Amino acid sequence: MVENRPFAQFMAYLTLVLGVVVVAFPVYLAIMASTFDAATIINGNMPLIPGDQAVENYTRTLFYGGKQAREPVAMMMVNSMIMAMGIAIGKIIISILSAYAVVYFKFPFRKTAFWVIFITLMLPVEVRIYPTYKIVADLGLLDTYTGLVMPLIASATGTLLFRQFFMTVPDELLEASKIDGAGAFRFFKDTLLPLSMTTIAALFVIQFIYGWNQYLWPLLITTKSSMQTIVIGIKKMITTTDALTEWQIAMTTAVLAMVPPVLVVIFMQRLFVKGLVETEK
Amino acid sequence: MEKRAHISGWTLPLLLILPQMAITVIFFYWPASQAIWQSFLREDAFGLASEFVGFENYAALFEQPEYYRAMVTTAIFSSLVAFFSLSCALLLATQADKSIRGGHAFKTLLIWPYAVAPAIAGVLWIFMFHPTLGTLARPIRAAGIDWNPMLNGTHAMILLVLSATWKHISYNFLFFLAGLQAIPRSVIEAGAIDGAGPMRRFWTIVFPLLSPTTFFLLVVTVVYVFFETFGIIDAVTGGGPAGQTTTLVYKVYADGRLGGDLGGSAAQSVILMVIVIALTAIQFRYVERKVQY
Repeated sequence: MVENRPFAQFMAYLTLVLGVVVVAFPVYLAIMASTFDAATIINGNMPLIPGDQAVENYTRTLFYGGKQAREPVAMMMVNSMIMAMGIAIGKIIISILSAYAVVYFKFPFRKTAFWVIFITLMLPVEVRIYPTYKIVADLGLLDTYTGLVMPLIASATGTLLFRQFFMTVPDELLEASKIDGAGAFRFFKDTLLPLSMTTIAALFVIQFIYGWNQYLWPLLITTKSSMQTIVIGIKKMITTTDALTEWQIAMTTAVLAMVPPVLVVIFMQRLFVKGLVETEK
Repeated sequence: MEKRAHISGWTLPLLLILPQMAITVIFFYWPASQAIWQSFLREDAFGLASEFVGFENYAALFEQPEYYRAMVTTAIFSSLVAFFSLSCALLLATQADKSIRGGHAFKTLLIWPYAVAPAIAGVLWIFMFHPTLGTLARPIRAAGIDWNPMLNGTHAMILLVLSATWKHISYNFLFFLAGLQAIPRSVIEAGAIDGAGPMRRFWTIVFPLLSPTTFFLLVVTVVYVFFETFGIIDAVTGGGPAGQTTTLVYKVYADGRLGGDLGGSAAQSVILMVIVIALTAIQFRYVERKVQY
């Protein structure tokens, strides 16, 4: 601050604390709801301090599921994990390879190839949803992990991010490794890849969150309950007629669905911020 | 920008770029062109035959009152979310930018909702404002308001705006904070020496310098409301009550799936594509004027 104003300091704290409380309250409420039985929640007077049903709720949710569906949430979490990891790793692999090709080689139609990839930045999966669905169905990929992952890794963000990073790598490094007799593979493995580690990690964090939180795509292409992701699973729990909704199970599932991506943001904050800021450029 | 040094050879780079090209063509260009093609076709009721009908699907779309309603809903929804999420984020970012103790902790405590899935965000908010059991719905009902987002379209929209804003504040906060930290202290100190108070300094120095960030975030937020809020809408209202919270994207989904009107759904997709391309083009046109992060 430019001048010392104790009152302004105080107001800053007050605003921030208020902001944090408002931001955290919905989640706090969900965590509390996951520690009560159904009756306590239904009567509308749920206390704001934890109840004693936490162990019961979490074990039931993870290994048994809701009363009607009986789909264990642990299984959905495994599906979400496979999907998120598949999207994150798949995107990193295909985009680092194509960025390497575009930046370090001269080949015919290089510019065209770059633009073909670049344009995909503009169209999220939501606008081409049914045709994509039809193609995935024709390829026999409904209810498969491949079908869940593949269409979502077709995007330009990763390629652009790596291209941008490769441009900042000094040319001397390539010249030096050429003089040392290293080929394209050695240069990539021994020089470029170690230098790219931070960028890879940042992209991984962003893509993991993106993959974990997918909704519309898994909603369309998974019909078997054994392929369901957790974000889809929870929606099913609360759409059944109101009286049958088991809110304690639904809120426990909501908490479980938030844990992995939120932990990633909190513990890898520096990488997360880097990834977020750079993929948007 | 070009690299000075290159690796020679043609086949290797083509092999390297092949996986991305294959996926992009199969899952991107093919479906996108299918959408454009389908928007000019009409299928019979059994999906057996289709005929070329030119712009009929588009014409039919613009005769539907529901389509205009979805447009208006989308416009209202995105302007409200943009207004609230940008102003709250800016307020929090300016406070966090003051060099106060624990500033970093506040940053961590404010950015994590980014990681919450839109559908989950919707579930959290419907639980809080559920007409019979919601913790916050009770005081509202006690105040004499017949709060019921399941039956009242305005209430449903309020709930959607709240949950969509809640989820997006973290993103805008992060970028505003980066933008604020890029403003040189000396400029602000110069203003202070000239006798400008904190408010005056904010509106005449900080806010104008921040405008590229604000503009960028405005576009990103609109794109967010258009597409990513699908999960929130589906979880909270399912487009209802009586279609009052059906946005353009939700309508593409509902018409194609429930209505089976693939031609009409494809025509809507094409219109959306044009809107997104326009928004992205606007964003890139201003990209050079963007602040340094």
